[in-house]
Amino acid sequence: MFTEFLIKAGLALFILGNALNFAGLLTWVERKQSAVMQDRIGANRARIEFGSKWLSPVNWILGPLNALGIFHALADAIKMFAKEDFMPRGADRFLHTLAPAISVVFALAAFAVVPFGDVWHVGGRLVNLQVSGLNAGILFVFAMMSLGVYGVILAGFSSNNNYALLGGMRAASQMLSYEITMGLAVMGVVLCAGTLDLQGIVRSQSALWGFATQPLAFLLFMTAALAETKRVPFDLPEGESEIIGYFVEYSGMKFGMFFLTDLVETVLVACLVTTFFFGGWQVPYLLPDGFHFPWGAAVALPHTAVIVLGVTAFFLKVICFNWLFMAIRWTLPRFRYDQLMDLGWKILFPASLVNTIVTSVIVVMKG
Amino acid sequence: MATKIIKRKELGFWDRTYLPAVGLGLWITSRHFFRNMAVHALHLFGFAKNLRGAETYQYPEEQRPLSKRTRTRHRLTKREDGSPRCVACMMCETVCPARCINIVAKENPDPNIEKMPASFDLDLGMCVYCGYCVEVCPEDAIRMDTRILDIAAYSREGMKLDMQKLLNP
Ligand code: SF4
Ligand code: SF4
Repeated sequence: MFTEFLIKAGLALFILGNALNFAGLLTWVERKQSAVMQDRIGANRARIEFGSKWLSPVNWILGPLNALGIFHALADAIKMFAKEDFMPRGADRFLHTLAPAISVVFALAAFAVVPFGDVWHVGGRLVNLQVSGLNAGILFVFAMMSLGVYGVILAGFSSNNNYALLGGMRAASQMLSYEITMGLAVMGVVLCAGTLDLQGIVRSQSALWGFATQPLAFLLFMTAALAETKRVPFDLPEGESEIIGYFVEYSGMKFGMFFLTDLVETVLVACLVTTFFFGGWQVPYLLPDGFHFPWGAAVALPHTAVIVLGVTAFFLKVICFNWLFMAIRWTLPRFRYDQLMDLGWKILFPASLVNTIVTSVIVVMKG
Repeated sequence: MATKIIKRKELGFWDRTYLPAVGLGLWITSRHFFRNMAVHALHLFGFAKNLRGAETYQYPEEQRPLSKRTRTRHRLTKREDGSPRCVACMMCETVCPARCINIVAKENPDPNIEKMPASFDLDLGMCVYCGYCVEVCPEDAIRMDTRILDIAAYSREGMKLDMQKLLNP
């Protein structure tokens, strides 16, 4: 019982640490990737150096990191903590403080059901590499993502500022519209896999990954999920250039938490797209006992190596999707509000409905 | 007046899904991304130094090449004996559109030259770097070729140059 608890805690720490590290590194990736895309160099002036001669080996190690500008993420965090925590007059003190916590906590909680590896036999035990093997994992993910909206809306309402309220309203309508599409798009995958459990969905993709069986659902889900992250091109709740958005009255680390939420959600969406459509921890041609290539070659691998390969594959896929999302964020301009609603209700929603119906007909005919 | 009515192009089905445009945009930005990353990687191993991975000049360490005719901070030229060439004709003071030159003339001890400046003040905080003063000077006494660009001071007073500073940039 106690060991069980320890194992779960370890898994939770692993996925949580990874999620937060990814999100923190994404601030750096965002700066650098946008810079390289735009023929620039990007932020590289935050550096750590020690004056003492004894520490010169440390300086030697830090040198390349300094040149890459990795410590800007650290400098950002220090800046956020050192800033004044401003509370506008007339704001609801309690809700104003609660809102950023709500949005970041629920974004992180959704990671609990993401499977990042197969079942691992270790020390006579079966360890499912997923924090919580809920049999209705998809429902849990959607519940958490919907609750994340709550924090945004609370931030808008409690700030006692018209622009914040506008941002909150926009966030509410945008997320409600896109959540429907997201849920319906995933229904196609669920119908194909025949289970709501994320681990089961990953297993069902051993032969053919989800984006091949459900290409339309893949596009729809990715679009809707990107809208959930509230980043460009769906950043109407923020609208940096006009209304600043729901966090206009936030400063210091409270603002930092909203900022972090966006990035954590980007990582989450990358994890979900990987799980639903890119085979999660599946590696092409890798079966539980090793590689079996279609041209007949076979490489036997020990069980632990297979598991490690799977986990690595999962995180590599997540990294690729993060790259893609960053590229999208730095390529596209923002939608106009009417375009956003048109896209959500007139194109994505009917398309996802059609996809669900067609998929269910095919599944029934085959079954 | 004849009016020409331009019909707006109706958006087709694919335009309205945004997909081709998104794909094209991603293609352009990722082309830049991968090209620049490849160039950066080659630079790391000392290859392809003639290609640039970024347009950035890292300013204080790396100066941008200046054109030969760039107008930079002023200086007053000197005669062989070190006295200013300026004959205090007031042409530059008159032509200066920003009115930032202030000259006080005095008698020149040399009987062949009529006047020389007793003081020559130039306020860089007001100067618009038009170069008219250089063009108008009949004696080639003022030039803008010091190549000093990073002029900054903590006060307005600090931006003012007197004759000493102008003669020895
Ligand atoms: S450059 Fe133009 S503005 Fe500056 S001192 Fe000369 S004439 Fe005046
Ligand atoms: S135009 Fe030339 S000579 Fe005349 S006052 Fe100005 S610097 Fe002196």
